[in-house]
Amino acid sequence: MENHKKYWKSEIELSSKNEMVEDLKNKEFINKLPSDIFLSNKENLKSTNTNRRDFLKYLGFSTAAATLASCEGPVNRSIPYVVQPDRIVPGIANFYATSIADGFDFANVLVKTREGRPIKIENNTKAKVKSSANARVHASVLSMYDSQRLKGPMHEGKEINWNELNKNIIDELELMKTNDSPVAILTQTFASPSTLKIINEFKRKYPNVRHVVYDAISESKALDAFEIAYGTRALPSYDFSKADVIVSVGADFLGDWQGGGHDTGYAKGRVPLNDGSNKAKMSKHFQLESNMSISGANADKRIMLTPTQQKIALAKIYGYISSYNVVGELPEKIDLSIKKIAESLINAGNKGIIITGIDDSDAHLLTFAINDLLGSLSFRKNELSLIRSGNDKEVLKLIKDLNSEEVKGIIMCGVNPAYTLPNSNEFISGIKKTKFSVCFSMKNDETAVESKWVAAAPHYFESWGDNEMISENFSLTQPTIRPLFDTMQFQDCLLKWMGSESSYYDFIKDNWNKNILYNSSWNQVLHDGFFRSNKKTQIKNIYSDYNSSASRLSSSKSVGFEMVLYSKTGLGDGQQANNPWLQEFPDPITRVSWDNYLTISKQDAKQLGLKNYNVSNGALDSNYAKIKSNGVTLKVPVIIQPGQAKGSMGLAFGYGKTSGMKKEMQVGVNAFKLYTNFNSFQNIQIESIDDNHEFACVQLHNTLMGRGDIIKETSLEVFNTKKSSEWNYMPKVSLNHIETPVTSPDVDIWDEFDRSIGHHFNLSIDLNACTGCGACVIACHAENNVPVVGKQEVRKSRDMHWLRIDRYYSSKDSFKEDNDKKDAISGINDSLSVFGEMEEPSANPQVVFQPVMCQHCNHAPCETVCPVAATSHGRQGQNHMAYNRCIGTRYCANNCPYKVRRFNWFLYNNNDEFDFNMNDDLGKMVLNPDVVVRSRGVMEKCSFCIQSTQAVILKAKREGRTVKKGEFNDTCACSAACSTGAMKFGDINDKESQVSVLKESERVYHLLESVGTKPNVFYHVKVRNTNET
Amino acid sequence: MTIFACILVLFSFNISAQEPDIAKGKSLFNANCASCHKLNKKLIGPAIRGVSSKYEKDWLYSWIKNSAAMIKSGDEQAVAIYEEYNKVAMNAFPQLSNEDIDNILAYSDYIPPKPVAATISSVSESTSSSSTNDIILVLLSFVLIILTILLFIINKTLKNLVLQNGLVADEKKNKKAMPIVKAFLQNQFLVIISVIFLLLSSAYFSFQYMLQIGVDQGYMPIQPIHYSHKIHAGDNQIECQYCHSSAKKSKHSGIPSLNVCMNCHENIAEYNGEEDLEKGYTKDFYTNEIKKLYKAVGWDENSQTYTGDTEPVKWVRIHNLPDFVYFSHAQHVAVAGVDCQKCHGPVEEMEVLYQHSPLTMGWCINCHRETNVKVKDNEYYTKIHEELSKKYGVEELTVAQMGGLECGKCHY
Repeated sequence: MENHKKYWKSEIELSSKNEMVEDLKNKEFINKLPSDIFLSNKENLKSTNTNRRDFLKYLGFSTAAATLASCEGPVNRSIPYVVQPDRIVPGIANFYATSIADGFDFANVLVKTREGRPIKIENNTKAKVKSSANARVHASVLSMYDSQRLKGPMHEGKEINWNELNKNIIDELELMKTNDSPVAILTQTFASPSTLKIINEFKRKYPNVRHVVYDAISESKALDAFEIAYGTRALPSYDFSKADVIVSVGADFLGDWQGGGHDTGYAKGRVPLNDGSNKAKMSKHFQLESNMSISGANADKRIMLTPTQQKIALAKIYGYISSYNVVGELPEKIDLSIKKIAESLINAGNKGIIITGIDDSDAHLLTFAINDLLGSLSFRKNELSLIRSGNDKEVLKLIKDLNSEEVKGIIMCGVNPAYTLPNSNEFISGIKKTKFSVCFSMKNDETAVESKWVAAAPHYFESWGDNEMISENFSLTQPTIRPLFDTMQFQDCLLKWMGSESSYYDFIKDNWNKNILYNSSWNQVLHDGFFRSNKKTQIKNIYSDYNSSASRLSSSKSVGFEMVLYSKTGLGDGQQANNPWLQEFPDPITRVSWDNYLTISKQDAKQLGLKNYNVSNGALDSNYAKIKSNGVTLKVPVIIQPGQAKGSMGLAFGYGKTSGMKKEMQVGVNAFKLYTNFNSFQNIQIESIDDNHEFACVQLHNTLMGRGDIIKETSLEVFNTKKSSEWNYMPKVSLNHIETPVTSPDVDIWDEFDRSIGHHFNLSIDLNACTGCGACVIACHAENNVPVVGKQEVRKSRDMHWLRIDRYYSSKDSFKEDNDKKDAISGINDSLSVFGEMEEPSANPQVVFQPVMCQHCNHAPCETVCPVAATSHGRQGQNHMAYNRCIGTRYCANNCPYKVRRFNWFLYNNNDEFDFNMNDDLGKMVLNPDVVVRSRGVMEKCSFCIQSTQAVILKAKREGRTVKKGEFNDTCACSAACSTGAMKFGDINDKESQVSVLKESERVYHLLESVGTKPNVFYHVKVRNTNET
Repeated sequence: MTIFACILVLFSFNISAQEPDIAKGKSLFNANCASCHKLNKKLIGPAIRGVSSKYEKDWLYSWIKNSAAMIKSGDEQAVAIYEEYNKVAMNAFPQLSNEDIDNILAYSDYIPPKPVAATISSVSESTSSSSTNDIILVLLSFVLIILTILLFIINKTLKNLVLQNGLVADEKKNKKAMPIVKAFLQNQFLVIISVIFLLLSSAYFSFQYMLQIGVDQGYMPIQPIHYSHKIHAGDNQIECQYCHSSAKKSKHSGIPSLNVCMNCHENIAEYNGEEDLEKGYTKDFYTNEIKKLYKAVGWDENSQTYTGDTEPVKWVRIHNLPDFVYFSHAQHVAVAGVDCQKCHGPVEEMEVLYQHSPLTMGWCINCHRETNVKVKDNEYYTKIHEELSKKYGVEELTVAQMGGLECGKCHY
């Protein structure tokens, strides 16, 4: 019914003749506002009646008024539950075992919830496979509190309700079924037995439906190869802990290669351990690659090859091992190295392993052949990895069918093809031709915008699910919070659309009880999050014609520049591009945040006129390159990358997203545009553009210049044969003309405290086990409420990371050579020129990662200079920082030799200038209530997670017992997140603790020992398995 | 109340033995009947006021002693009650004698005289006393003003007298009066000293004033439900941690959720304790506050069921520690065994809860300096206490010696 009532405020308003009423109709105020006084020229401004003195008066009054008003304290409300759930005690965290499976990252995790809201992710170490969460998984907790999430279902941009959507889709599906028009379901990889079962049942109900699986970053060629060789479309799994020789041809297996998660096993073989004999053993890692990857940085021997050379090299290795004559052009020196690699593989026998990341079925077939020939124990072809199952051919066919209107309806889930497809325009035009398109998405992303129906999907914290990531190893996904928005799961919808009454939860439980658990307890499995069945699969080889694969590979030819597309540790395939933690996470290799870029070798850059240069505030800038490939042109900034193979270039996926993103996060270029035929190797043309790009780089590309006080490195041979004083030199000072070690109390100007009473915390960092993956950085972010500062602030070196992973290059081929060169300097002239040379990293440098956080020095330089004693030392070894006492002189940061103190230049919460998660109510839900959110003007730094050590101590006190063995181990967020075991935390006064044992190792050294700070963080000398002494 | 008690006392002494004893009846009622019956209201069983007139006495005797038998025998009235109250049979009370039952019934019929007169008189008394005070004050100030005026007039007349008599003492006076100020101004040392003194004292006072900013000792906000700790913790002796149960486990003591209130208040629908009429805390007032709880928790009194229609109570938080302090109740309550009252004051006497302690850092630290660590029967402390007490040469360690003054123990 229409409303004809007239509402009035006063009687005058009713008389239409009144001038005032007429005026008010048109204007907000009766009197003209003196806006021209302010908005006109200077003369007018001078003649106004509000002069400077008046302004000051107003200012003074308002300041005083505001001050007076603020004296009144705010009224805080406390609202208890009406009925408090038994499991929730305010102030006590609950943990739930669950698993992430977003199509790119798969891991078994524990979710820490406080008062019912998830705040942090930890590794589920009880799970026997995929128990290591990477940086993106750790950051996924923030993606749930993303303000850009869809709040409910939509139809053509308008909000609707679920009943409406479900009813319409069912009608459409029934119509399609009666007309027998094909419908496609396009999904991410679901390694989920129950989801696949639902899709199969759905196909039975609607026979016109076909299911296409699509991985944004495809492993389709490897899947094809495995299917050819063994008859099953899956991937083998790998256990690098059983390998003595690891050869990787272009596979970044410590990064995201085939779903990642290989670092735990790898690190086990990388720590030199005495096995009874006098010789310590560790695995030897060869990496043949174009881009400098994390794997390459960890390798003992890294050989730079262009993509084409990689193919030939792999064929040749196969040739040497299988005694098949492979003809292929390679530089002589490289050929020789490759022969050596093949020999060491043969010598290693079943302890050798070769893998490849070349997007070519032939390449994968050859690695399978070599591993079978070696009988490799690391090659687990009977334990199938099911976390990639995308099929390129079917995806391409689907796009064709959409455009030719052979597919009339499409349901999408977990994919964003309008962003990730190289030919996304074709896909979008195809979608527009369909009768109905449904997109399940958490965001209004590129695909959702183009779809008729958008089904708001829940985050995995709000969902039920199950996974079989490795065959016969099952895990469950369980909700840890009620859905924040009006969302519905894909599986629940499918069930509804096929007329089933049951929920997905009932479906999973039923399916598990019938087909997976048999007699095991569902509740127990839900508690553990993980279940391993006893079934064993046996895979047999059905293919033998590997030689022709080798011939095909070895005959590949290169044309011009070759591009290698890769995924970065931070953003991966770009699903979480709106996550500020990941955007600000510096890439482990380039140390650049908030960007992707073209990595290029120095020689090529010089030739093409591409430059990196530093501007006056120390920030890094570059000019742009224009790259062309298959008719696509992109303008990308450039990073000159030491270790990049000449003739090759790298560009990372995951950037350049624009839809469903905050403005600050819309950075970088979309590399998927170049991903023609889902091949990560592309031929490109390139030219330079004279235009300036600003990077936010936290560490420049210079070297250590042989400063052995920071990184100590040696070779396995030296480690085994020489005394530790030779490779782990203790700096000495002269005391009465006698060389005295700096750790001696005689040369100490401070008195030593007695630290033997109570706990004394130490953190051990093993440079051999650290792969530089950065999971600890994000875990620290989440635990300690570290703010995000944005690109411009990072450029000014104002990043707030409490924990950074420094990456150092060597200027000669190895750090050892650096040291020798430095030692050979004689005279001042020589030193100037040599140090100048040594700043530049070599073409193929060795790389070391070194996590650095507050070293909690026992003789801390920061403590002595604080004028207000805001930073002081605790008896438990921690260097305390009282934020409320800090007045922001920054003396401490200046006096810190490790540069680990971070200053809050601005208020990073509730500040529109820093519009990240701490600026909206949703994003703030991730904050850890046990750690204060710092304000502007105070210094902050790593606290050794004192909130957690205190919590462990309190727990012991409450239970009236001593702290249990290993109880401190996982208290530091970084050490708990470290899946390689590089970081171990504990109490060295407890002689049986892991750190106490580790501290006795010969490899132990402290950072900048000569400064005499006596840190409570100690490092282990990096040992490389190289033959050169 | 006192009047009521007096009447009871009178009753118990003066009335002959055959007459029912109301005081006895009350205690019997509370011991045996109160869990299911109320005087005026339905609970699990009917309200018992007026049953003596509704039923025959003999019938009541046998009903109370064994109701189930009567229902079984098919007594019409008995079956009717049984049906009305959801077929829940009343417990049998064979231990009660007829005399006991008489006492209970007498208690149930007894209506205490309303102390209306007393209320009025007390109010009028207080107003009269305050008004007399005012009158005295007004009179005193009036006298003061008259005295001042008199003084002024006398002074003036004296001066006039001096002038008229031609006695000029002005020169002398001026000579003597001026130099005090002048001398002071000329003595730079004195000036500097006094300026320094002034500055220092004003700095001291302003510092003292500023120290008080943000200290809300005595903060006593009005709560959405008038919850009296005096009645709960004081009169009824309920343990603090019955409601604040997370205090021993968590950093928060926890404001009890409403289902905890309903553990008792499902049966306690009205207030029957003492009243403080001066402040308006009548029985009706308290009963009304209980109704607020029922509304919040969605409890339908008539049907004795939860409607599911809830609205959480927005309590005003009294003890507000700044965000940068980490205080754990568990550490203090469970480990150290500190009484709640040590920080929160005499909560059991507080009709309206207020902040008893200043909650400043100095206050925390003082306590840490003075208090010994409770190490007995706690294995965690055994080793560290032995070593530390030897180091400091003391028998018992204070919290401060144990490390309780370190910044990082509370600030992170």
